Amino acid sequence: MVELALFALMGLGALAGAVTVVMARNPVYSAMGLLATLLSVAVLYVVQLAHLVAAVQVIVYAGAVLTLFLFVIMLIGVDQVVDTDERLRYQRPLVGGVAGLIILFAAALTMLGDFDWVPPATVMNPDATNGTVEAVAVPLFTDWVLAFEATALLLTVAAAGAIALAAYRRRRV
Amino acid sequence: MTWTELGIVALRVILTFGLLLVVTIINVWAERKIVADMQSRIGPSRAGPFGVLQTVADGLKLFFKESITPRKAELGLYTLAPFLAVIPAFLIFMMVPWGAPVTVGDEVVPLQGADLNIGLLFILAMSSMAVYAVVLAGWSSGSKYPLLGGVRATAQAISYEAAMGLAMVSVVVFTATQGDGGTLSLSEIVARQGGNWGDVAPIFSIVPRWNLVPQLVAFVIFLVAIVAETNRAPFDLVEAEQELVGGYHTEYSGMRFAMFFLAEYINIFSMSAIAATLFLGGWNGPTFDGALPGLVSAALPTVWFLLKTYVIVFIFFWLRATLPRLRYDQLMTLGWKGLIPAALAWIALSAVIFGFRQFGPPWS
Repeated sequence: MVELALFALMGLGALAGAVTVVMARNPVYSAMGLLATLLSVAVLYVVQLAHLVAAVQVIVYAGAVLTLFLFVIMLIGVDQVVDTDERLRYQRPLVGGVAGLIILFAAALTMLGDFDWVPPATVMNPDATNGTVEAVAVPLFTDWVLAFEATALLLTVAAAGAIALAAYRRRRV
Repeated sequence: MTWTELGIVALRVILTFGLLLVVTIINVWAERKIVADMQSRIGPSRAGPFGVLQTVADGLKLFFKESITPRKAELGLYTLAPFLAVIPAFLIFMMVPWGAPVTVGDEVVPLQGADLNIGLLFILAMSSMAVYAVVLAGWSSGSKYPLLGGVRATAQAISYEAAMGLAMVSVVVFTATQGDGGTLSLSEIVARQGGNWGDVAPIFSIVPRWNLVPQLVAFVIFLVAIVAETNRAPFDLVEAEQELVGGYHTEYSGMRFAMFFLAEYINIFSMSAIAATLFLGGWNGPTFDGALPGLVSAALPTVWFLLKTYVIVFIFFWLRATLPRLRYDQLMTLGWKGLIPAALAWIALSAVIFGFRQFGPPWS
């Protein structure tokens, strides 16, 4: 019951945030809508007992990535008039039609019921009611340690490369 | 979950909340009084004995003052920002165990808002949420000084959060060698700091088993980082009066200003409490083996916790009365070229040392 109420509330929050991202006139409000969506989804993760995923979602996406977005939006300045002339002729009705079809399809599936693309989870670990850091950390640092370290190296190289590209100045010939 | 359990959870949260509010009211007064003493002034002395009620009087005044909204402000975000400042401040303290677990009937109740398995990550997440309040307040005021103050505050908070997180990492690595597996839960980190260092050498049996002893470097880094993170002197460039008037809250007045003010003092206390929990053993302390009456010995862990926290809170006030403000480039140099490399080096060093102690040399 509590789970359903939370899901409904946070699902609505995520949707409202997503609509705000697209519809807001001011990009700062779009960023805030994205924040609302990310936080709502984080709460949904907590409802699914994936505490670690929720924490990482908030730290990485809501904390770091979105702050960067906000910084860029604010420093570039959003006060300039944006050209909002419509140059799309048939894209809008097309997207609307496709979205309608998808919604109809989903509604039909839900009405007719009988499908199991995602089989329901049968085994639930009763001890994992308070977070799952160990469950993620142990495989990550034993079975998948090579992939983990390789990814870390890749990200470091990418960051160093980005800085090098930004700092590189072509010498005057 | 039965109704009793639900009631206990609600009571824990309300107690934690109440403790935080009372302590914050005292802290505002204590800062003014301590700084006044250090500067040979009298400080607040009229409202109540020693002026203790000064904060209450100021709070009432701010409550009844007009909240002015600048004409160029973005009203929605301008109203939202103070709330975004206060909510993470309260949530951070919910993770801190402020007393030994109490047995009520046949249930063991931990004295903390919530004992999460991801406690430390939650603290980091919430402190990165606190940045939004500052950015949005600075931007939505529609004025130049708040915007500059907001940008400064964000850059500072992001830089020093890294150092703070790295200092926490070395504590987590060390704590993992102290018991069965690693943990991020603050109550478990506190529990592993009980006892003394007598097993290293008999002479150390008078030294309490706090993480401070093996992690002194991390403690210093953490202390500097939390002072910068809470925008306190000597890192208070965010609200440098000579340059920026009041920084990101220049345009705020009345109750909205009071919320920023409240959030700042709550953050000072909860960051000090986290430092006391991670490095100074939390609520661990002498129990005198039941020589004291029952009620006193039940309250004793909370007393130890508050005592340790107030030592660090006092350092905050002391720094403010003593040190001049850093220049902005000095601030960034200290953060990126001083604290972060030092923290990384310390993580590597302490991981090697304690790994060696735990598992022996890698060639064995």
